[in-house]
Amino acid sequence: MRDAVRFVRRGRVVSLGGFAPTETLLDHLRLRERSTGTKEGCAEGDCGACTVAVGRLRDGRIVYEPANSCIQLLGTLDGAEVVAVEDLARSSDDLHPVQQALVDCHGSQCGFCTPGFVMTLFALYHANESPNRDAVNDWLAGNLCRCTGYRPIADAALACCGGPPRDDFARNAARAAALLKELDDGEDLFAGSDEAFFAAPASEDSLAELCARHPDAVIVAGATDVGLWITKELRDLPRIIHTGRVPSLRAVREEDERVELGAAATYAEAEAALGGIDPDVGEVLRRLGSKQVRAVGTVGGNIANGSPIGDMPPVLIALGASIELRLGVRRRTLPIEDFFIDYGVQNRAPGELLTRIRIPRLGPDERFRSYKISKRYDQDISSVLGAFRFGLAGGRIASATMAWGGMAATPKRSPRTEQAVTGLNLEREGTPRAAERSVRDALAQDFSPIDDHRASARYRLRVAGALVLKALDETAGRASGETRVRGHREAAA
Amino acid sequence: MKSVGRALPHDSAARHARGTANYVDDLPEPPGTVHVAPGAANAGRGLIRSLDLSAVRSFPGVLAVLEAGDIPGRNDCSPAAGDDPILAEGEIRFPGDVVFAVVAETRDIARRAAKRARIEVESGSPRVGVDDALAAGSDLKPPYGFERGDAASAVAAAPHRLEGRLRIGGQDHFYLEGQAALAVPGEDDEIRVFSSTQHPTEVQGLVAAMLDIPDAAVVCECRRMGGAFGGKESQAAQWACLAALAARAVGRPAKVRLDRDDDMAMTGKRHDFRADYRCGVDASGVLTGVEIDLAARVGCSADLSMGVCDRALFHADNAYHYPAAAIRSRRLRTDTVSNTAFRGFGGPQGMIVAERMMDEAAIRLGLDPLAVRKRNLYRPGRDTTPYGQTVEEHVLPDIVGALEASSGYASRREEAARFNARGGPLRKGIALTPVKFGIAYTLLTLNQAGALVHVFTDGSVQVNHGGTEMGQGLYVKVAQVVAEELGVGMDRVRVTATRTDKVPNTPATAASSGSDLNGMAAKRAARKIRRRLAKVAGRRFGVEPDRIRFENGEVGPASGEPRHGETMPFAEAASLAFTERVSLSATGFFRTPKIGWNRDERSGRPFLYFACGAACSEVTVDTETGEMRLDRVDILHDAGRSLNPAIDMGQIEGGFVQGLGWLTNEELVFDQSGRLLTHAPSTYKIPTCSDVPADFRVEIYEPGRNPERTIHRSKAVGEPPLMLALSVFSAIVHAVASLAPGRVPPLDAPATPEAILRAADAIRRRDPAPARAVPAAAAG
Repeated sequence: MRDAVRFVRRGRVVSLGGFAPTETLLDHLRLRERSTGTKEGCAEGDCGACTVAVGRLRDGRIVYEPANSCIQLLGTLDGAEVVAVEDLARSSDDLHPVQQALVDCHGSQCGFCTPGFVMTLFALYHANESPNRDAVNDWLAGNLCRCTGYRPIADAALACCGGPPRDDFARNAARAAALLKELDDGEDLFAGSDEAFFAAPASEDSLAELCARHPDAVIVAGATDVGLWITKELRDLPRIIHTGRVPSLRAVREEDERVELGAAATYAEAEAALGGIDPDVGEVLRRLGSKQVRAVGTVGGNIANGSPIGDMPPVLIALGASIELRLGVRRRTLPIEDFFIDYGVQNRAPGELLTRIRIPRLGPDERFRSYKISKRYDQDISSVLGAFRFGLAGGRIASATMAWGGMAATPKRSPRTEQAVTGLNLEREGTPRAAERSVRDALAQDFSPIDDHRASARYRLRVAGALVLKALDETAGRASGETRVRGHREAAA
Repeated sequence: MKSVGRALPHDSAARHARGTANYVDDLPEPPGTVHVAPGAANAGRGLIRSLDLSAVRSFPGVLAVLEAGDIPGRNDCSPAAGDDPILAEGEIRFPGDVVFAVVAETRDIARRAAKRARIEVESGSPRVGVDDALAAGSDLKPPYGFERGDAASAVAAAPHRLEGRLRIGGQDHFYLEGQAALAVPGEDDEIRVFSSTQHPTEVQGLVAAMLDIPDAAVVCECRRMGGAFGGKESQAAQWACLAALAARAVGRPAKVRLDRDDDMAMTGKRHDFRADYRCGVDASGVLTGVEIDLAARVGCSADLSMGVCDRALFHADNAYHYPAAAIRSRRLRTDTVSNTAFRGFGGPQGMIVAERMMDEAAIRLGLDPLAVRKRNLYRPGRDTTPYGQTVEEHVLPDIVGALEASSGYASRREEAARFNARGGPLRKGIALTPVKFGIAYTLLTLNQAGALVHVFTDGSVQVNHGGTEMGQGLYVKVAQVVAEELGVGMDRVRVTATRTDKVPNTPATAASSGSDLNGMAAKRAARKIRRRLAKVAGRRFGVEPDRIRFENGEVGPASGEPRHGETMPFAEAASLAFTERVSLSATGFFRTPKIGWNRDERSGRPFLYFACGAACSEVTVDTETGEMRLDRVDILHDAGRSLNPAIDMGQIEGGFVQGLGWLTNEELVFDQSGRLLTHAPSTYKIPTCSDVPADFRVEIYEPGRNPERTIHRSKAVGEPPLMLALSVFSAIVHAVASLAPGRVPPLDAPATPEAILRAADAIRRRDPAPARAVPAAAAG
């Protein structure tokens, strides 16, 4: 058992024992280190001004990912390297290639967002991709700029990122990897006392045991949600248990019949496997949060927090996924749709831990479609998310599973609408349109959505009907290029 | 080695990228710095029935809790009207009105303590929106407007009459750096305030009045802001005042930095408007008469709303000639946060009405909207604005024509029509719209600027001026002007932080006027020093001072002089001047000539010139969900003779994208108590990288040259490009209009997916067959 968090800063190991369980990385940088290059723009992980690069070992090599330091709990960085904007340039008359590219392309105006962009681009620079503009858009979706209109920043990304990295970090990669390897001691981390602690067990057994012992502790994976309880609601969270250090819970297994995710696998880690189920699942993931959020946020967390507007639950419900929970040594499995009981109420006992998510692959006669409606296309929360799985027999819909976000107090299926489309003959001329009235009537019986700042109840119902018809249209063979303004399946395939 | 006209990087570009450019919260904190958090009641307008701050005061780490009664002088942070208390007295005006301020050892403690307050408010039924305020007749200031000719008769007599209503949403500035200030007490009553403000002089004056000390005891300094866009013109003062008040109360340096959610809830935004218009057009779409009524939500106080609403009136013509016009505005008090300056300052809200009328005329008459726009543009003989100023420069026909050709407008419009004719949920729209934006403060007094230039004996130069740097590149432009004037390299010129003890009595940096005013003032200051140096050098070389040239960092006789070719370095000339006891420091002052608007008589010349441009945008809309994709944008914008094309390009592109956000994704939603529900980036969505089309073709208008004698014949470029985004809004209108030719989609701004779908549903002919059966009278 270890009682101090350890991470790497500027080539040295930092070991901290006495830190508040809720201390954020941004406060550590700005208030303790006085490294004020990293900025706070929103303190909720939406603007990216506080972006730093977090280096972790993957298959023996260091991989840098951008992270929002404002909601990143200091303790979750155990075993990682933290790179901030001041660390990049070798000297006062030298700039890192990404910094130079931003200067050359006139990529800064007020400059307040620039350090965050620099760090996202630093991670892209080290990703050894040769990104096109779409990929750059995706990388930069979590960094807001209010001055430039992004074009010069995207140009800078295209100019400097591509091919193997050649900076000091690349040159010193072996030494840095060795340092991180040393930190990976497999010891449970428990900093603090029983009254106030930050714990990060290193095995599933000790994690389950600790959660059972402290049923009132807050279980945290990426803290992309819990971070806001701290920075916005100013809640006292004296006991925090972090799931991210358990290797078995971060595993992603791609089997013939199904994909199995450890509940602590990040979106980024799960992206390829889930996208392999269907391109639309990949697109939902791509639009979920931002690179920064997906680098630390987890599919498990998206389920466990029970939000009515989480994007993964409706997709997973439509796919017929199941989840495994563990309380102490007892494990149980249930269909994911049974997990969500009511607003803020889930089928989880105190101290019980979500451990695994199992998602069956689509059968040969099954078709999947999902659509996310939001005010902004990237990095927004859904007004409505509709996910559909149709079983086909001949040209007919033999079975339908539809699940929705943003339509009710929980992620929820729409049994009457499913019934309304079951039996439709998609090969008959005009089929989807002919079903419009019955689909809309059924939806109105399935749901009474609410008005809020994202959308009105009326719009939600209206657009939900459109999404069902769109799914039917596409299942009947219409190309998504004719039915969607963005997120074309043809592009993803 | 010319400096002016070069595409130089922003003066802080490398510091931005390194993270070494300091904003207020990054300055090394003086020892003992305390932190201040504002406290507000979470209720709608009403009298404060009880205020219990005992739990706040007793919270560990709290040093003081400040209320209105703790203010020694004037409790006001308004720009002029005296109606914005720094701390509420007796009543709160909107949810988020600041009632008290906590001073504590750390920011975290101050914020936590502030939540412990118990405030009871007797709230009635707040007036939240324009409609509420119109119904209640709650004009905060008298209605105002101007007329030319008999508009009502012209409309009545027109072959075609159009009328409609357009709702235009507000906008949060979403500067990435939130409001911040640090106040450091000095000797006796002196205080120095570091503020993220566009208006250091106003902050100085308000802090002095609040503390009941002379202006001369206060210095306000701002090196840079992390974005402002008008949101730190008047809105920075409250936080600077609270920092100063706290510093005075505890005798230690005090810092305020607002949390993003507080910032969005507590500070003003772009005004939302309701516009009602009636106009007459002939068969070719040419306007014969126009009546426009603009109703603006001013919020709970006057702030800068008089100017904003006036500028909306001045821009309700955009670029079009109205033979007869009546343009009126109402300035409506609501129980919501007081709306304020935002890039365009009311202009965008006026111009969108003009563009709606163009689109409506084209759709109703079955004409190409660009043809209608071109027919209505100001041109010689049709050049008098509704407020009486004559449009003297006619660059827009050329700009619009050039963009029409370079964007391939005509063939792309045909392509879009073919695409739409296939039916289906996806529809395309394309629109090309002009921008004409008047440059000058309409309040004459504000059109002045000062500068201070020092030359040192090593030849390095310090420039100070009254303008502030908010990212727009003012500092580098002014440095270019000074380097040009003194014939030295840019590396010799340094622009220092804007401070009220260097250049006093300045207007805000606003109205796109930063370079026009401060560039000219700095040029004059530099010219004074240059003349003195020319005398010194003239003696050395034995020529008249006006025959001395300053070029490439060297000083020497002009060509044609016997000793031409001999030079001395600029530093040597400076050193020589010092030796000869010649001053190397000078001030410069500038006031804009020609202008003057008499508001009461509705006559005069409010603007020195107009900044112009045009944009062509193409969109694809999903008419079943309301989702929209921006496919391509072409822009041609007139920056006059650009001082710095790289900086100007940044203003053009950035302004366009900010306008794009205003008109599409950015939606302010208030609840019935007047509380802002979209108070964070999780719920308020400014554009992100993928909202900007990869096909984004932006050019600066090459022949551009300001006919007025502005600084190096450049044109102001800060605000005008924002309104290029009106092309996107129009393109959406036309995409939706393809559903039912001849019908005008009642699209309101912002065009969120929901707003687009609402507009589409409003014109959609669901079932053409029964529609034909309806009697003509009912169908009409």
